[in-house]
Amino acid sequence: MSSAFAQLTLSRIREFIREPEALFWVYGFPLLMATALGIAFRNQPVEQMRVDVVKTRADAPPADAGPLAALARESRFVVTEGTDTAARQRLRGGKTDVVVVVVRGAAELTTAEGSAVATDPPVAGGGAVATDPPVAEGGAVAEGAAVAKGGARYAYLYDFTRKESLLARNAVEDALQRAAGRRDAFMAEDRNFDEPGGRYIDFLVPGLLGMSLMGGGLWGVGYVIVDMRIRKLLKRFLATPMPRSHFLAAILASRLLFLLPEVLVLLAFARFAFGVQSQGGLVGVLVFILLGALAFAGIGLLVASRARTLESVSGLMNLVMLPMWVLSGIFFSSDRFPTAVQPWIKLLPLTMAIDGLRGVMIEGLAAWSQPRELIGLAIWASVSFALALRLFRWN
Amino acid sequence: MSDAIRVRDLRKTYPASPPVEAVRGIDLHVERGECFGLLGPNGAGKTTTIEILEGLLDATSGDVEILGLRWDRDGDAIRQRIGISLQETRLSEKLTLRETLRLFRSFYRQGRDPDQLIAQLSLGDKADARVGKLSGGQKQRLAVACALVGDPELLFLDEPTTGLDPRSRRELWSVIQQFRDSRRTVLLTTHYLDEAERLCDRVAIVDRGRVIACDTPRALIASLGGEHVIEFQASDRLATGGAGRRPTLDAMLALPSVTGARDDGERLALSVAEPHVAIPALLARLADLGFQLAGLTTRHASLEDVFIKVAGHALSDAEPSVRE
Ligand SMILES: Nc1ncnc2c1ncn2[C@@H]1O[C@H](COP(=O)(O)OP(=O)(O)OP(=O)(O)O)[C@@H](O)[C@H]1O
Ligand SMILES: [Mg+2]
Repeated sequence: MSSAFAQLTLSRIREFIREPEALFWVYGFPLLMATALGIAFRNQPVEQMRVDVVKTRADAPPADAGPLAALARESRFVVTEGTDTAARQRLRGGKTDVVVVVVRGAAELTTAEGSAVATDPPVAGGGAVATDPPVAEGGAVAEGAAVAKGGARYAYLYDFTRKESLLARNAVEDALQRAAGRRDAFMAEDRNFDEPGGRYIDFLVPGLLGMSLMGGGLWGVGYVIVDMRIRKLLKRFLATPMPRSHFLAAILASRLLFLLPEVLVLLAFARFAFGVQSQGGLVGVLVFILLGALAFAGIGLLVASRARTLESVSGLMNLVMLPMWVLSGIFFSSDRFPTAVQPWIKLLPLTMAIDGLRGVMIEGLAAWSQPRELIGLAIWASVSFALALRLFRWN
Repeated sequence: MSDAIRVRDLRKTYPASPPVEAVRGIDLHVERGECFGLLGPNGAGKTTTIEILEGLLDATSGDVEILGLRWDRDGDAIRQRIGISLQETRLSEKLTLRETLRLFRSFYRQGRDPDQLIAQLSLGDKADARVGKLSGGQKQRLAVACALVGDPELLFLDEPTTGLDPRSRRELWSVIQQFRDSRRTVLLTTHYLDEAERLCDRVAIVDRGRVIACDTPRALIASLGGEHVIEFQASDRLATGGAGRRPTLDAMLALPSVTGARDDGERLALSVAEPHVAIPALLARLADLGFQLAGLTTRHASLEDVFIKVAGHALSDAEPSVRE
């Protein structure tokens, strides 16, 4: 006859794989999440800027003549011509990034002889000279100042607080100034940076790993034990000579066993669908996964040690998990929270697990060069287990 | 050899407001090889008592010895030698019957072959069925199989047949009898009189946390003074409609061979040793007193009669105060 430990572990595995819904939540859900977020936040090839052109005067030159023609020529702009009302509406709806309003007529344009002055609300008070730090070519300012007598030739209408609008405005300004004859003081080269590790999906995968460690640990240990307590199965086991350590070891062992495919599926998926690769060694990844799993299994056991109903254990688990979902940086860096709470956030086990995993996967660090996370997780695991065993009720 | 179970002045008070005195001083003494029954209504304290004996609950006070051992010192040794089935356990529904038994078997140093046990409990065709798909009776039999799989010397069964149809009950009875016939001990609780009468060598009648009578079913019934019961209704011949006088219990007790009389409300019930002596005398006496007999039946006395006599209320009354 095989040992109680082997039989208990086998039973857990059987129960688990015979529960299709559980399989979905454990294995399917993180994949769906990775796919959805990976697609939503994928790095688009090159972002195009949407520019609307509005002519306020009947004698304005056609869009394909003069400096405006430069906008239509450059592939990074998508140019739409329309009325003022239509353009404002598109701006409100986020359908365009910036509206270029042509303020002067064709006759005035020809006399101004191809140099543009833009009224630029955020920087220039009087609107006479475009002193524009983001573009900041000394030449443009000087030239602009030389032809400033006639007043603004274009107005840029956009939301000053929207990043895309600001980008588009600066690009349009640049293109128009150049087309109107501005000389750049020097040449610069653009180089694209798209090395693995820098994308959102690279940031997200360690977060999802941490999230599934937490969910798996709490549900896979906490919920399962409370369910057995409610069914009086714990009590029934207590009346047999079953060694209690075998029972707890079996719960833990089966949890770690389920973890393996869980983690591998997510890592493999991220690798093949998005090319996510760990910069650091696999050992480091495994160390943090294992420590994280132990810490969350311990917390799961602690949560389950007294709870008598599924409602109370679900409530407790949400109480434990919710703050970490928000604070621990699964989807965005936890650095965004105020400095005052940072030390506390760093103490959360999920923050430790995710930071450790990101350290290995993104920065290529070794596990032991992150002693804070390493030791922190070990402490979480041992303290929660010790406390849970002390508090645990069998019936 | 020590007794199977020895209990002295067992008490259990559940902390609550007000505290619930579930067990109020129980003494028990179960010998090896006997099938002993705790019979009592809902809330009598049967489950509380049996769970203390199983080591699952701590007593408030009292002394418990199981197979000559004590829970506080020899818990593990006791657990190796007993088998139990709780009043309600929901075994894992996703496991098959065979897997469940193998699991329980793995907890014991020695035990029985799960497959052989499955055959003995005539569950062979369900061996590979999931527990969730079994009928109530099959689940109960599985629970008993889990209790037997460690090959125990002492079996505790808390209401093993509650909710089963007559055939399933008889099947379980025969399993329990086979176990007892191999000179091993059974302690079971029940609120079925016929179960206690048929299955148990001795019965303790438990009511409101106390044992109010304890003996073999035969001796308990004999203690009524007569093994027969005559039940009858009598109406007052002189009364015009409605309820009139009723024969007094004293008058009935004065009849020959009548050892007990009680008023069940609608009918009167007499404990009688020899019905052929008592009935003619009863008929004559009723006629003398001016009563007309409306209906009369005789039957063998049962544990129910014993229960009513010692407890002062019927077994089916969970709230005894209603009748008192
Ligand atoms: N955990 C508990 N806390 C408080 N009171 C309890 C508890 N368990 C049982 N009781 C009370 O103790 C009394 C005896 O309960 P017990 O379960 O022993 O009765 P029983 O004889 O097994 O009844 P049944 O035939 O319904 O199973 C009841 O009044 C019950 O309400
Ligand atoms: Mg009970």
